[in-house]
Amino acid sequence: MDMTDIARWQFAITTVYHFLFVPITIGLSAIVAGYETAWLRTGHERWLRLTKFFGKLFLINFAIGVVTGIVQEFQFGMNWSDYSRFVGDIFGAPLAVEGLLAFFLESTFLGLWIFGWDRLPPKLHAACIWLVHIGTVFSAYFILAANSWMQHPVGYEYNPDTGRAEMHDFAAVLFNKVQLVTFPHVVLSAYMTGAAFVTGIAFWHLRKAKEPGDVELYQRAVRTGAAILLVAGLGVAISGDAQGKVMTDVQPMKMAAAEGLYDTESSADFSLLTIGSLDGSQEKFSIKVPGLLSFLATGHTDGTVQGINQLRDEYRQKYGQDPGEKYYSPGDYTPVIPVTYWTFRIMIGLGLLGAAIAGWVLFATRRGRIPQSRLLYWGALALPFLPLFANSFGWLFTELGRQPWAVFGLMTTAQASSPGVSAGQALTSLIVLTLLYGVLAVVEVRLMVTYIRRGADPVEPPSSDEPGVDKPLAFAY
Amino acid sequence: MELTTVWFSLIAVLWIGYFCLEGFDFGVGMLLPVLAKDDTERRVLINTVGPVWDGNEVWVLVAGGATFAAFPEWYATLFSGFYFPLLLILVALIVRGLAFEYRAKRDDAIWRRNWDWALVVGSFVPAVLWGVAFANILRGVPIDSNLEYTGGFFNLLNPYALLGGVTTLLLFLTHGAMFIALKTDGRIRHAAAQLAVRVGAGAAVAAVAFLGWTQLETGTVASGLAFALAAVALLAGLYAATRGREGWAFVGTFVAIALGVAGLFLGLFPDVMPTSLAGGASLTTSNASATHYTLTIMTVVAVTFTPVVLAYQAWTYWVFHKRIATHHIPAQTPVASGT
Repeated sequence: MDMTDIARWQFAITTVYHFLFVPITIGLSAIVAGYETAWLRTGHERWLRLTKFFGKLFLINFAIGVVTGIVQEFQFGMNWSDYSRFVGDIFGAPLAVEGLLAFFLESTFLGLWIFGWDRLPPKLHAACIWLVHIGTVFSAYFILAANSWMQHPVGYEYNPDTGRAEMHDFAAVLFNKVQLVTFPHVVLSAYMTGAAFVTGIAFWHLRKAKEPGDVELYQRAVRTGAAILLVAGLGVAISGDAQGKVMTDVQPMKMAAAEGLYDTESSADFSLLTIGSLDGSQEKFSIKVPGLLSFLATGHTDGTVQGINQLRDEYRQKYGQDPGEKYYSPGDYTPVIPVTYWTFRIMIGLGLLGAAIAGWVLFATRRGRIPQSRLLYWGALALPFLPLFANSFGWLFTELGRQPWAVFGLMTTAQASSPGVSAGQALTSLIVLTLLYGVLAVVEVRLMVTYIRRGADPVEPPSSDEPGVDKPLAFAY
Repeated sequence: MELTTVWFSLIAVLWIGYFCLEGFDFGVGMLLPVLAKDDTERRVLINTVGPVWDGNEVWVLVAGGATFAAFPEWYATLFSGFYFPLLLILVALIVRGLAFEYRAKRDDAIWRRNWDWALVVGSFVPAVLWGVAFANILRGVPIDSNLEYTGGFFNLLNPYALLGGVTTLLLFLTHGAMFIALKTDGRIRHAAAQLAVRVGAGAAVAAVAFLGWTQLETGTVASGLAFALAAVALLAGLYAATRGREGWAFVGTFVAIALGVAGLFLGLFPDVMPTSLAGGASLTTSNASATHYTLTIMTVVAVTFTPVVLAYQAWTYWVFHKRIATHHIPAQTPVASGT
């Protein structure tokens, strides 16, 4: 492995890992904020118990999301210095704005929320967690704008004197058409993830709960979670469909690679699964939905979808010999087809399965019913993992499907890494971070399980800070 | 003023904010085994920074992001060049951040002791390495004509840079002790005030040596003035500490760190990363910068939102302004009563 391979592994490992915690943070902050608001509106204790229970789980998750985010901010410069030099004029701006607008907001108001139960008036306290949520959404917007620029560079000009891409239209970068479909897709899938987390955990408790108060509390949590999951899931499907059309327009190779469509076709089929040769170029068995790929790509079942072979010829003419060739099979300008083929399907499959289970949960818990189905029980327990891993596969598809490019049409991944960093240095970094992340995963999961098992403790409503009374802190580390 | 100068100044401000704020977080973390005798006292110390440490840490993320946006070449050369120190800082910040959040989540002595070590080491490593890194930037490192760092790791461990690391370490220890004296009550408050003066004397010696050496090598009139005022502020802070004026003492170390860092940036300007190679190229505010267009956009964003950020961060400190003593620490594990 050379330095670029190692840097790619590190980027993949640290980013996929980081993005296990991010969607839960985005989704769960909104749900916890919703529960606290419900408590303020109704004054009913169960909403406060849910706020505190899922608030604890949220914080365990948030902490690891924050610290693994620091690596993201640093590794562009550490492992991808030529990329940073080439795109810094454009890519740096959303990152800096993300820090200023989002990171300060999240971290400051989360501190206020954690420690402020007895220090702030209840409405202001609830406003703090809403501000945390708004911070997470801002953060998503700016980092996705940066990523969308890599998929579809806009608002820039290449300057041959400085040898870099230079921004001339920040609005074009912020409102890139890829961004406008990616942002809703990612944020709604984060709501799915947070909601699946809530639904699965609450369902498990619902089956064990004996006290009538507990039963009702978990029932509410199950139903709010499943409802959010279902609605967000619908939004994810719609935005994902819109994304497919935009992708066909700006990155047709990625769409062809998603199906493994080698030759341009009208009325192209979408295969649910295929057994073929290892490089995906020969098919042995396949289940197909007629015209579906054309519909996903163009909106018409008889639309024309360009094939890999034709696109490869086109790219060769346009960009010349592929400088990043050695990383990719089976040839020039082509991502690894089995990877794009399967990640695309697994993403969709896990997302659909999650939404379907949520629908079943909603139906089975209607009018106070407590479902006894064993299948549903296991389905609900699996639920938190379905959108979670769908996110991972979605990102693997998006990023690997862009290869060999780091910035589509402008810079290949092979050109992007740090020339001054040796393979040994990069490998040390990869090993250190991977081991550390592995240990932290064990610590985090065990802590999370402990707190999930405890369930929603009974709570006392927070008392405000009376002057002259020297009480213990409402919360302390 | 040219926009490149504006952004050089803004990045200096972000680092000043970072060192003045996270400086005392680091100090508090390192003083855990020194000032606290039992678990309740350790929790008193940790909770002095509990609500604010994360907001303080964001300053370095924004400094990094702003450097990426405003001086992409500086970001690229610095981060790829100072590879191992930054990796160590990353690991330290990761374990330290989790220590705050996870330590109290189990009522288990071994669990807590492990996270205490994460907090101590995770505070110590960046407190030293940021000093080493900044000293090396000022001193000049081997950067070739392609703007690539060619120096390796051990090149960064020279006497001047190590003195820089010792200086930031001692300054942050003092700053942390001053903060603890200001934010706690009872035995810890007095122990911290005494310790602040003793460590502060060492910090003053190290700072005078390091800043004096810097002034001789790369100083300007402005940096000399900033260093002199920093020394005055530090000594005034130490004097205030001996008189039991904890608020002024903390202001003293705060201002001393701010002016010291300002002086380093004044001595650096207009370079951002000078080269030590004969045939190499120095990175400057002009050859490392982003375009005028990008800097203009960024300036509008920064001018609009920085005051808002400063206002709500300041408000947080006001909300949590009360002193904490051992009797404020909830007796049971916090999970039962709090969030």
